[in-house]
Amino acid sequence: MNAAAADALPPPLIRIRALSKAYQRGAQHIPVLQGVDLDVQRGEFIALMGPSGSGKSTLLNLIAGIDQPGGGRIEIGGIDIAGLSEGELADWRAANVGFIFQFYNLLPVLSAAENIELPLLLTDLTRRQRRQHVDAVLAMVRLSDRADHYPNELSGGQQQRVAIARALVSDPQLIVADEPTGDLDRVTGGEVLSLLADLHRQLGKTIVMVTHDPKAAERAERLVHLEKGVLVAGTAFGH
Amino acid sequence: MLLLLRLLLKNAFRHKLRSALTLIGLVVAICAFGLLRTIVDAWYAGAEASASTRLVTRSAVSLTFPLPLNYGERIRAVQGVSGLSWANWFGGVYVTERNFFPQFAVDPPSYLALYPEYVLPDAQRQDFLRDRQGAIVGRKLADKFGWRVGDQIPLRGTIYPGTWSFTLRGIYDGVDASTDEQQLLFHWKYLSESIRQRPGANPARVDSVGVYVVGIREADDAALISQRIDALFRNSLAETLTETEKAFQLSFVSMSEAILVAIQAVSLIIVVIIMAVMANTMTMTARERLAEYATLRVLGFSPGFVVRLLAAESLLIALVGGLFGIALTLPLAAFVGQAVGTLLPVFRVSELTLLLQLLAALLVGAVAAAWPAWRISRIDIVAGLRHVG
Amino acid sequence: MKALPLSYIARNLWVRRVTTVLTALGMALVVFVFATVLMMSEGIRATLVATGQPDNMLVLRKGAGAEINSAIARTQAAVVESLPGIATDALGRRLVSKEPVALINLPKRGSGKPSNVTVRGTSDLGLTLRPQVRLAEGRMFRPGTSEIVTGRAIADGFVGAGRGETLRFGGRDWTVVGVLDAGRSGFDSEIWGDSEQMMQAFRRRDFSSMVVRLADAGDFERTRAAIDSDPRLLLEAKPEIRFYAEQSEALATFISILGTALSVIFSIGAIVGAMITMFAAVAQRVGEIGTLRALGFRRGAVLVAFLAEAMLLALVGGCVGLAAASLMQTVNISTTNFQTFSELAFRFTLTPGIAVETLLFALLMGLLGGFIPAWRAARLSIVDCLREA
Repeated sequence: MNAAAADALPPPLIRIRALSKAYQRGAQHIPVLQGVDLDVQRGEFIALMGPSGSGKSTLLNLIAGIDQPGGGRIEIGGIDIAGLSEGELADWRAANVGFIFQFYNLLPVLSAAENIELPLLLTDLTRRQRRQHVDAVLAMVRLSDRADHYPNELSGGQQQRVAIARALVSDPQLIVADEPTGDLDRVTGGEVLSLLADLHRQLGKTIVMVTHDPKAAERAERLVHLEKGVLVAGTAFGH
Repeated sequence: MLLLLRLLLKNAFRHKLRSALTLIGLVVAICAFGLLRTIVDAWYAGAEASASTRLVTRSAVSLTFPLPLNYGERIRAVQGVSGLSWANWFGGVYVTERNFFPQFAVDPPSYLALYPEYVLPDAQRQDFLRDRQGAIVGRKLADKFGWRVGDQIPLRGTIYPGTWSFTLRGIYDGVDASTDEQQLLFHWKYLSESIRQRPGANPARVDSVGVYVVGIREADDAALISQRIDALFRNSLAETLTETEKAFQLSFVSMSEAILVAIQAVSLIIVVIIMAVMANTMTMTARERLAEYATLRVLGFSPGFVVRLLAAESLLIALVGGLFGIALTLPLAAFVGQAVGTLLPVFRVSELTLLLQLLAALLVGAVAAAWPAWRISRIDIVAGLRHVG
Repeated sequence: MKALPLSYIARNLWVRRVTTVLTALGMALVVFVFATVLMMSEGIRATLVATGQPDNMLVLRKGAGAEINSAIARTQAAVVESLPGIATDALGRRLVSKEPVALINLPKRGSGKPSNVTVRGTSDLGLTLRPQVRLAEGRMFRPGTSEIVTGRAIADGFVGAGRGETLRFGGRDWTVVGVLDAGRSGFDSEIWGDSEQMMQAFRRRDFSSMVVRLADAGDFERTRAAIDSDPRLLLEAKPEIRFYAEQSEALATFISILGTALSVIFSIGAIVGAMITMFAAVAQRVGEIGTLRALGFRRGAVLVAFLAEAMLLALVGGCVGLAAASLMQTVNISTTNFQTFSELAFRFTLTPGIAVETLLFALLMGLLGGFIPAWRAARLSIVDCLREA
């Protein structure tokens, strides 16, 4: 890569080099990621696929800053997140990452609006500003009329939409989604994916999504395959 | 059946930390329950140790009023009376107020005859009887202060002013564990003559007696003889009140009744507290195992079986905790007995207390299982199964 | 550090209502015991402190310690009375009350059990010297007659001690002509009559104590030195407040030591209960912990949230226990003060200090019970939490 070409392309949001990670189970040393290199551009929507045990979730966790790499570098927005302390990493996540989980992970004792408000408690916004942000994202996921409902009063699809709103509310540059349709039926899952795709288009968020569902993966702009801890192929859909 | 027992044991201690915490709570509670009962027992020990063939005659006004010495001869002449002695409460202080122990000025030959439970070697008895300034003490008291026969024991009088010094002539042992071994006895004559020699002595106080101890032949005659004695002195300057030694001792206990009632209430409260803790544990256990219980039901076990399984688990934990608690009570009681010293001279864990401790533990186990057992007996099998994961 | 909202903490407790109530109940009982014990010793202290007056001086025989052991001859009393610095009333009389004090045995109303009651011989000056004592019913006794007035607690608590009733002691019948309200001081538990009449009835030559009002409370040291240095006297003087405070010391200390020891033992049970509950809360919410951490809440926020949950739980228990204890304020109890050997009526007294102390005690239990589970929750790794969810 020459200097001119590097200047022409904007720097990638995520820059992963020689990333490795292994687990210790008893006396056994189990490698999960073995020298992964990956760049994700700002505003890109990529899907990570692979059989179970391929390391795709581990890769996602490392990108999201909730796990520590064994070796290599992860730079996100120019910051080497492996070099951050625990506390700094937590603050970094609060400011930069939105999470969407397979089982929604809403807190059952908080209402939809309160769940969405949670990440804002980590900011310096006033109560009124927080309320405004929450109302805005609720409207975006079309759940304004469900603001005061508790998770157990919502359907799976609605819960996942609340979770998406929670991921968006603090306006992070990166959204990570771990099997976001894994617990949903095909129709509801489709709706959730459409919502994600819309938000990606309208807001220009960078999204990294782990899935084992090819239909879900098709919604992404690029598909990255992992097998036994190694990147095997990338497909660009180019919507 | 063996399989069932293994399931029970495994279940009871599956949640190691929780079981350990519950056991600690149980041990503490059962132990505290036993100790509190022992404290109450110790309070009543004086009354328990009293003999039914001894009466105590005191002033009808109150114990602080003395009786004349000449009453002795008249009481001795009452029909049914077999022995007579007398004693004055001395109320002296040994070095500091903290070292409280009872001291009595007694008429030694007649007093020791009435109290055969104070076992004194013959040589020491003779020495004591011979030495007017001599004293004897109980074994526990001697051990506590490290006194040996021949030592001088100085006491500062509160009722009888001045400093008094006694030569220790003997150490008595109690005939059994219920005998008070924490008192000091000395010669009444020494007391009365010392007072007589003081300037400005009040003659009424010189030849006065705190209480008369009256030995009787038949315990059944106690009421009758008490009446006879009190009738002798009715309408005199110093009317008397005669009661059995037990009733006399109990009148002291009843003075502190409010405190005793409080201790007894508190010993029940501790059982209730641990019941709440244990019921809580069993409720959580049952909630976590809903799926398992539902599976057992699907396999064809009856609701009753599942309930019994939970109850047996609760009882097992309670039993183990209770036994540990009881085992810990004995050394702890010995330690507390040392610490309270002369305040509660007889401090012994009774068999009844041990039994009640065991019963309390089992009661806790049974009650704790009641609510969760009722819940799981009513679960919907399908809903229970869905609780998996 | 950004913290989790209190509503999250409170609602989690609400979701587990049964467990929360059981755990809080255990804590409430411990808090109740803790608070009532403090209230009891405070009540005794308050009663006896209210008994003394700041500018009164009490004179006893040297070394007597209590009024009942003391004796002051008339000649000695005359010397004390003539000391300089004693206040006078409007008629020019010296404010000195020379009082015989005796204990008499009276049966309690209801149970009929006998207890020792203090009988005090005094004069109208005795009332002047104790402004907290006033006549609630009837009239004061007339000098030179067999009339008596009884303290409120005695009038209510003992057979024959009500207004218009008759008590028999010291060889004659005494008519109760009035009831004293002594403002919750020790005098509520006494019987007062004419000093000379009491001396005759109890065949006393000596007074028991003297109460002296000083013209200037600052003169106490000088007056005491005068009494100390007079070889005829062999008396000792104390500020009345200190004398009564010392009288309450042993009983109040005994109750607070016994009670504190019990509370500490019980609190182990309650802490274990809280620990079990909080461990279960952590186990149940592992997924939530992972989610919160992923969202950017720090370990510290998780620690604080669970600690706060445990302490809120304890605070609920603390408030319930304290509320129950505050109801005890309406209860009057009486017991024998073993320092004076006589009945003392008092009330459970709740002070703001005790309320604060009690709630702090509850919070401490919550803190101790919650710390290890909260610590464990904070130590969990995010990935493990999310995987287990």
